[in-house]
Amino acid sequence: MIIEMGVIVSDLKKSYGSNVVLNGFSHEFTNGKVTAVVGQSGCGKSTLLAVIMGILPLDSGIVQCPKPISAVFQENRLCDNLTVSANIRLVTGKKYGEREIAAQLSQIGLNGCENKAVRELSGGMKRRVALLRALMADFEVLFLDEPFKGLDNDTKKLVMEYCKGKIAGKTVIFVTHDDCECEFFSDEVIELRIEDARIADYKDQDT
Amino acid sequence: MKKHVISLLCVLFWLVIWQIGAMALDQSILLVTPVKVAVKLTELIPSTDFWKSVLFSAGRILAGFALGLFTGTGLAVLSGKYGFMRRLFSPLISVLKSVPVASFTILALIWVSSKNLSVLVTFLICVPIVYLNMLEGIDSLDPKLKEMASIFGIPPWRRFVGIYLSQVLPYFRSAAGLAIGLCWKSGAAAEVIGIPDGSIGEKLYQAKIYLETADLFAWTVVIIFVSRLCEKAFMFAVKLLVNRVERM
Repeated sequence: MIIEMGVIVSDLKKSYGSNVVLNGFSHEFTNGKVTAVVGQSGCGKSTLLAVIMGILPLDSGIVQCPKPISAVFQENRLCDNLTVSANIRLVTGKKYGEREIAAQLSQIGLNGCENKAVRELSGGMKRRVALLRALMADFEVLFLDEPFKGLDNDTKKLVMEYCKGKIAGKTVIFVTHDDCECEFFSDEVIELRIEDARIADYKDQDT
Repeated sequence: MKKHVISLLCVLFWLVIWQIGAMALDQSILLVTPVKVAVKLTELIPSTDFWKSVLFSAGRILAGFALGLFTGTGLAVLSGKYGFMRRLFSPLISVLKSVPVASFTILALIWVSSKNLSVLVTFLICVPIVYLNMLEGIDSLDPKLKEMASIFGIPPWRRFVGIYLSQVLPYFRSAAGLAIGLCWKSGAAAEVIGIPDGSIGEKLYQAKIYLETADLFAWTVVIIFVSRLCEKAFMFAVKLLVNRVERM
């Protein structure tokens, strides 16, 4: 029997000058589960995601992460001059047709936006496009860095429901400040502390 | 539609002012009436010589413009990628930007035949405009989009079109729009100085020598019209490209 591996990180160290952000962080993110990373601002949550994704070099430590990966970054990182559907096709290629993209957009409250240039959208709309792009891409592991930032309560509820359906059974590492989001999505919770950025607390939502 | 009518009425207003001014002055050497210019144009347009002159000048001016676009873009890409190239090209671009067209033209007459003078002059006018705009576009590229592309494993061609081309095309569009008009102005000016046989510039020069003010105005109208036509056609092609890229 082949057991699929989750994301394994061991003894991660990362500093910005004299500011130690990760100091020997180790964890095994369970395959097929949603792990929320919580903690105060500046405790290294986004840095942790960035080093696991490989976009930030580590000082030392080992990261084992199955590929391909997908992500919603802290910023939207959309191409402003492309249309919404072109932004999605940029990562998915021709896997989805116009109709399929339009149908998915309408499920997150972006009906008829597929041919709009991203620069014409509001902040909340851009956030939803960034999330949809991440969910429609092929991935083994999905990284979400405060994916519902800037959404009003009703939209957030709609998008969270949509998102939950899409990530069921997938390995997801999810940074949030919001207890409700944490409770809604997470199978496991990791709390980072500013002092040394080791796991301060570990909760299994099922227990 | 209403906007077009208003624009047309504005043009008509100035034509009427011109007509009244010319009639009041009553000196056709100093200021010819628009009606006389229109009559002169109807005499010029059916002649083969007219079309040969238009094609001669348009061909050379557009060739210089195209070369300028290509070179300006190429140099901007190199400068965007390598810091030392940016420093290397900086004085050259500053000189090209500031030297008057007349100086270029007289110098160019020593280097090339008057026949191809407008190619060189329009090229030299076009390069700094395209270079500076394209470099601004390249500098505005968000490095975080490159990270995004590597995270999602976007293939090189899609990355080039979706991230790089989509970002710099608006800068290219504004550079090309500005450059094509200036190329026609400087190209015609260069031809008036170099007087290559069979060019629009030669016709303007002859009009000046023989005090044929109606010819001078008629050829000026032709330059404005052909320049605008080239600009519209080129910008339409760029717009199609932009739309294609925006939708990928």
